[in-house]
Amino acid sequence: MSRAQLELHIDFTRCDGRGLCTEILPELLVRDDWGYPVGRGGRDIHVPDGLAGAAQDAVDLCPLQALMLRRVTRS
Amino acid sequence: MTEMTLDPRQLGTGGLFTAAVPDLASHEAAYGRRPSGWTRSPLLRELEASGLAGRGGAGFPAWRKLAAVGAGRPAVIANGAEGEPLSRKDTALLRQAPHLVLDGLVTAGEAVGASELFLYATAESLPGVGQALAERRDGPRVTLVEAPAAFISGEASAVVNALETGTALPRDKAARIARSGYQGRPTLLHNVETLAHLALVARYGAQWFRSAGTADDPGTRLYSLSGDVPAEWVVEAPGGASLRDVLRLGGAEPSSLAAVLVGGFHGAWVPAEAFDLPLTARGLARYGASPGAGVLLALARGRCGLQASAGIVRYLAESSARQCGPCMFGLPAMATVLERIAAGERAPWLASEAERLAGLVTGRGACHHPDGSARFVRSSLGVFKDEVRAHLAGACTAHHGRV
Repeated sequence: MSRAQLELHIDFTRCDGRGLCTEILPELLVRDDWGYPVGRGGRDIHVPDGLAGAAQDAVDLCPLQALMLRRVTRS
Repeated sequence: MTEMTLDPRQLGTGGLFTAAVPDLASHEAAYGRRPSGWTRSPLLRELEASGLAGRGGAGFPAWRKLAAVGAGRPAVIANGAEGEPLSRKDTALLRQAPHLVLDGLVTAGEAVGASELFLYATAESLPGVGQALAERRDGPRVTLVEAPAAFISGEASAVVNALETGTALPRDKAARIARSGYQGRPTLLHNVETLAHLALVARYGAQWFRSAGTADDPGTRLYSLSGDVPAEWVVEAPGGASLRDVLRLGGAEPSSLAAVLVGGFHGAWVPAEAFDLPLTARGLARYGASPGAGVLLALARGRCGLQASAGIVRYLAESSARQCGPCMFGLPAMATVLERIAAGERAPWLASEAERLAGLVTGRGACHHPDGSARFVRSSLGVFKDEVRAHLAGACTAHHGRV
């Protein structure tokens, strides 16, 4: 069965590694060798329901508007 | 493997280079006139039956790309940017058979009801295409756009960006270009060789296309052969041919080679023991190699694969558009690690560090440049693993001794 999942997308052409998102979402993100956010679970960053509010804060507060929340459906 | 005819000239009208000279008279003498009147559904069905896969690198089925194009005055782009420095086949095709590419572009355009047609290629190719356009009777309006000679200039979102703004840099993909590409319109982008094959499928049909190649990889493909070979050639070979067959067609002696890089700098090494496998994604799955855009770089026996690989990773790092941090910093870091291994530094942790960096950059860019570069690094470490072990102990087996 497929269901829509919330996913955090990082536009790396905008991101310059300020790190605000990694402070708001330490459960999901860490900083890589150069300070850029990287998902703890790999490249697709799934956002569990309990963190949806914090993820929206990260999107809203990113100074470079490099984050986007979207619903993706995977089977 | 079943017997197959290797000479494209014996494949009926199968060759992409059947016209003696690039002009329209010669083109029509070789292939006949372009059949007009193809509409979307019949062309889709014919392409699906033909099994034609894209020849620009990703190998995506041509019909699926066509099917994905949204309604509403789409743009159709023939992509001949050929940013891979070792690729020559698109330039060769545009020089020798520009009308075949234009036939494919116009036919695809008719089928999707295109509002605009573009041909994007390097400065070297455009004058010949312009001449070809001027002599056509169907008088298609095709906008010619010059592609800069840069590795990433042919990446799909970079092409759309170049057409819109004149800057050939990849973009973050929130939407697929099939739905929202050139100026927000549905956009169909095909490699020029794919369009040349499409032109022939539109003329002679799917069954004819399948008369060359194998069920898994029907039709012919163009390969750009370079490296340790007597001459750099563009070779047309049937799909499913082995590396040994293609090397011989290009005048190279397979037994003189240690490995061949298949699919270009985002591709993978295939060692000599696998030269008899079919040159397809399935045949070369254990090496993670696929023909891609047909680049084949030969490495002679006695040459160090790690030195060759390190040079390529450095080139890839320097080809970063420097838009995305993980690519801008991660690729030079990978290059440095590969160079240190190639130089014979006695530091066993370097191999796992290269693996770690490859994992770290994968999937973290607007385009697949970091992913393709990471794949190449992993392939180099895997195929030359004995060499890696020797280097990390301060020796180089290719040079029979010290690095």
